[in-house]
Amino acid sequence: VSVETARQSNRIAPRPRRKGGDRSFRLIVLGSALTLLALIVGLVVFLLVRSWPAIQHYGFWSFLTSSRWAPSEATVTSRHPNPYGIQQFIFGTVVTSAIALVLAVPVALGVALFLNELAPARMRGPLVTVTELLAMVPSVVYGFWGVFALVPAIRPMVGFLTRTLGAVPVIGIPFHGPFFGFSYFTAGIVLAIMILPIITALAREAIATVPVDEKEAAYAVGSTRWEMIRAVVLPHSRSGLVAASFLGLGRALGETIAVTMVIGNRVLDRGTSLFGQGATLASAIVNEFTEANRPFHLASLFVLGFWLMVLTFVVNAAGRLLILRREVKR
Amino acid sequence: MYGALLLTVVPLVWILAYVALQGFHSISPAFFTQTPPGSPAAPGGGFYNGIVGTFEIVGIAFAVAAPLGVAAAVYLSEYGRGRLGYVVRFVAETLTGVPTIVIGAFVYAFWVVRFGFSGLAGSIALAIVMLPLIVRSSEEALRLVPMTLREASFAMGASERRTVVSVLVPAASSGIVTGLLLAVARAAGETAPLLLTALGNDLFAEYNPTHRMSTLSLQIFNNAISGFREGQARAWAGALTLISIVLVLSVGARVLRSRRDRTLRPG
Repeated sequence: VSVETARQSNRIAPRPRRKGGDRSFRLIVLGSALTLLALIVGLVVFLLVRSWPAIQHYGFWSFLTSSRWAPSEATVTSRHPNPYGIQQFIFGTVVTSAIALVLAVPVALGVALFLNELAPARMRGPLVTVTELLAMVPSVVYGFWGVFALVPAIRPMVGFLTRTLGAVPVIGIPFHGPFFGFSYFTAGIVLAIMILPIITALAREAIATVPVDEKEAAYAVGSTRWEMIRAVVLPHSRSGLVAASFLGLGRALGETIAVTMVIGNRVLDRGTSLFGQGATLASAIVNEFTEANRPFHLASLFVLGFWLMVLTFVVNAAGRLLILRREVKR
Repeated sequence: MYGALLLTVVPLVWILAYVALQGFHSISPAFFTQTPPGSPAAPGGGFYNGIVGTFEIVGIAFAVAAPLGVAAAVYLSEYGRGRLGYVVRFVAETLTGVPTIVIGAFVYAFWVVRFGFSGLAGSIALAIVMLPLIVRSSEEALRLVPMTLREASFAMGASERRTVVSVLVPAASSGIVTGLLLAVARAAGETAPLLLTALGNDLFAEYNPTHRMSTLSLQIFNNAISGFREGQARAWAGALTLISIVLVLSVGARVLRSRRDRTLRPG
């Protein structure tokens, strides 16, 4: 469906003379499209250029092998050890996003199944709007709400978990220790709510592609609604649901302000407890960016930005590829 | 499944109710007409400069991103069936996934280091946030326009430019406008990239976009983490204002979309 096709399909009439202005019009829209390419190239180039001083000074991989971020120890000359270790930020980013995913995926799947398979047609529109409104709440409001409303509400639950699971040896370690409100866990819950809408929307798309005749076939052999969902809907949409999770994960990895407000921003080292304070790649950047005054400090923050970009790109690309493969298969 | 639905609805209602409650408690007419007092611990004052900043910065970002985004969408839907179209589409998807904090760092690296923190730098960052969203929604809207409209337009001797400008874009307008509104709503709520670009300025109301500027989101963030009750009260009033702006925009977009769906329904 395009202007080009419409032209070419019109074989009977002589090919219309290209009207004046069409050439410049094509150039304008082409130029606009190329702006996107320039942006992505510029993004990568500028991140690398700005992080280059630190990479050159400390070495490319030395950032990944340390989990100690201590700008105050950085000097202009010393190269070892690298005072800008970022392992704990990658840990924080992955852990908070993983918590979010574990919490959000089952809920999103349930809502998607409800909306597509169960809800009366009259209710569907308003309910879809409700799930989508969650996506419109600004990040800073999520963080603010998280600090003042969510933390007091989850305090009893966290207390219960530390007393029970935290008392078990070995597996209790992640649940051990005091809870000051700001933690990986708090950030994970806030992220779960924030990525719920996108996973729900993509899960609904995946479920909507299940062929009706197969669903009817399942009913015809006497399946209940739940058996039909298990036998037809879920197997059919599995790769789409995985893709939805990946794209939700991609969103969670890069979320900044809300996480910064509830995670506690502990940068010096890595904690062991999920209920302890931490930091993510994004939160460390936004916290220190305008106050970076140590040698190689700002450049090291750009290194964080570079790895954050790599991480989100890989996860998002995986999700997109899954969706693409599904579309090709159909 | 009802449980899952509950787990979606409860947080939404909880957040909206909590913000409304706290916000109405601390909002006053002065909030919209005054700048914050010198100290976050002082009571009173308002976010007038932040409201100005939000409208100005998002407005400039929109003026840049909307034409660029719609034009790129025209390319993708009308000409972009080859390899280049595939690449551009992939890049648009990738840009959507880039964390906004990274976009802020990028604008810092190529603009702020040369020209300093400014509202304009914030606008550039927000334009980059909006652009891929606008491209995707506009392309989808343009693709929904029936082929026959293009053929009819050519049959009447219209040029490609004429066909796009006078037939396709008007026919897809409700879809395009929906996408634009959602992109604006999204940009108005952004905080992280602005911290690295517009930086904020709470001393006085700044109208010049080449200077440091505050926005509602920046003021909410700074006052929320200030640790002072008075600052937090202002931040709640700000949160209520911001969430109202964003919800009006996105609900407006949805109303528009449902109206379009009704008109496009066959029969």
